[in-house]
Amino acid sequence: MEEMTLNEMKDLVLKYVIKEYIDDDDVTITYETPLISSGYVDSFSMVSLLVFLENKFKIKIPPSKATPEAFDSVNSIVALVNQYLK
Amino acid sequence: MTDHPTYDELSRNFSWSIAEQELEYKPGGRINIGWYCSDRICLKGAPDKIALYYEGFGGVEKKYTFNDIRLAGNTIGSFLRGLGINDGDRVCLFMDRIPELYLSFLGILKIGAIVQPLFSAFGDESLFVRLENAGTRAVITQKKHLSKVRKIRAQLPDLEYVIIVDGVKASDLEKGEVLFNLEKSEPVENLDVHPTTAESPSVLHYTSGTTGQPKGVKHVHYSLISQYLTTKWVLDLRDGDIYWCTADPGWVTGTSYGIIGPWSLGITQCVLDSGFSAQTWYRFIEKHRVTVWYSAPTAIRSLMKAGDEIVKSFDLSSLRHLASVGEPLNSEAVIWSERVFGKPFLDTFWQTETGSIMITNFPGMKVKPGSMGRTFPGITGTVLDPVTYDPITENGRAGLIAFKPGWPSMMRTYWNNPEKYKDKFVNGWYLSGDRASIDNEDYYWFIGRDDDVINTGGHLVSPFEVESALLEHPAVGESAVTSKPDEINMEVVKAFITLKPGFTQSPDLELDIMNFIRKKLSPLAMPQAVEFMDKLPNISTLEND
Repeated sequence: MEEMTLNEMKDLVLKYVIKEYIDDDDVTITYETPLISSGYVDSFSMVSLLVFLENKFKIKIPPSKATPEAFDSVNSIVALVNQYLK
Repeated sequence: MTDHPTYDELSRNFSWSIAEQELEYKPGGRINIGWYCSDRICLKGAPDKIALYYEGFGGVEKKYTFNDIRLAGNTIGSFLRGLGINDGDRVCLFMDRIPELYLSFLGILKIGAIVQPLFSAFGDESLFVRLENAGTRAVITQKKHLSKVRKIRAQLPDLEYVIIVDGVKASDLEKGEVLFNLEKSEPVENLDVHPTTAESPSVLHYTSGTTGQPKGVKHVHYSLISQYLTTKWVLDLRDGDIYWCTADPGWVTGTSYGIIGPWSLGITQCVLDSGFSAQTWYRFIEKHRVTVWYSAPTAIRSLMKAGDEIVKSFDLSSLRHLASVGEPLNSEAVIWSERVFGKPFLDTFWQTETGSIMITNFPGMKVKPGSMGRTFPGITGTVLDPVTYDPITENGRAGLIAFKPGWPSMMRTYWNNPEKYKDKFVNGWYLSGDRASIDNEDYYWFIGRDDDVINTGGHLVSPFEVESALLEHPAVGESAVTSKPDEINMEVVKAFITLKPGFTQSPDLELDIMNFIRKKLSPLAMPQAVEFMDKLPNISTLEND
């Protein structure tokens, strides 16, 4: 895939999270909003978020690294993804 | 643990009348769970005792005394009566774990209506089939879940009211939608509690089977007798305890032991309405000085995965007793909990249909790590030969777990489905659908399900429901669903599909199919793996995959 800036990556993940997991139009999600600990994304749904990241960024994230803490905000997700981008 | 009676002492001369007497219930008289969980505790002299500590996301904290929950139950009950909701009507609770969920539960029961709790992560299709089957008259929900209700509303002619407890402007309401703000409502001091009796219906929980649509398990107010005594003996709740049941009331553990059991005993409980993380959970226990913790193997295994070090960062010395439910508790988890918490999680086994704990370990009993324990006193259990349905007398031989009907909290029927209910009984035994063996000390050892239902994270998912929903995806031609072993959740859903002409398999299509099921049914039902095939083989081949 084309090289993306950090902000472009964050925007991509943020848009996906809002589209797929947030039903309430009045909820504001930012890069820092807790996603797992807030309950916006549950542990089962985390799997689909993982698949999205792996597909979109052409990476493989080991199951041991896909933790609720690592998936708890767009910022932490993108930091995780960056570790596996070649 | 020496202050506990032994299993034999509790079993000797056991009678459910022990609970009846303690609850001052006289057979043939009135019994109303909503009243027992609130008014009676106040009348017993504890109106100012804390009934609920609530903590939501973002640091929102609330607390309610037993008098507060009595008044809230009255206020909600009175509001529902004002709408014309009557005894026997089904009122669905479709909310996150906010206080209104727990308080509405009491209010609905107090007016004799039937509570239908549904998991708030259900998608619109899962919600629809359950509301349609129950002929639900009212749904109490939150703004964040309103879109799912609105999507199916037109197809539910019995659904007269959608009651929203937060955040919607009156100008945004649609026909049949009503606002109810508990905090802004005038508390109702006196409510005529409906004169429910033992066999009056109380709670309608839905559960999944191998085939067909989910079944509504009907419970009655007399279930209180089992739920009260099992809470007291197995969960060992005592005055002064701070209790935390991590289950969501959308499932039976969250009502039997997350509302009815503790509150009928006048126990203070805590509710944490936020997502899972080891840090959040340990901090919650430390902060509230939780003494008794009832959780699930999936959560325990997730905590194990987070490691031992994090446990040392918190003061968890308040914990006195730990118990687990939902799926078999592996021996590693028992041993781990003993090492890090200084006490083992004790396994309990029961089902939506049984309403209360049936096979269990409890304080005072010898614990055999990996075993389900023994039948609760008053419960007659066995394992049956799968061919003859005769009780197996040899120790260690696998059979079908079965119970003699007649315990107080046994389901009374499947809603609108008496045939399925009848199918649950053979030769005078209730068939649980699970398999186990019994050892020479009468301890049960779990083997597995006797059907194709998938137990994921302690919740049952019907392969049939997922297969049917998959066929509604525009790309799917055929579908078959089975379970896949999972380290944390025991099992997860795996789907095998063929594609319709014109569609090509791709990672993006796989993700689209996963999300389709997640939103239509629930995150639990979402296939965590999708395998594309040219032709579906038979299911037994897939199971051996």
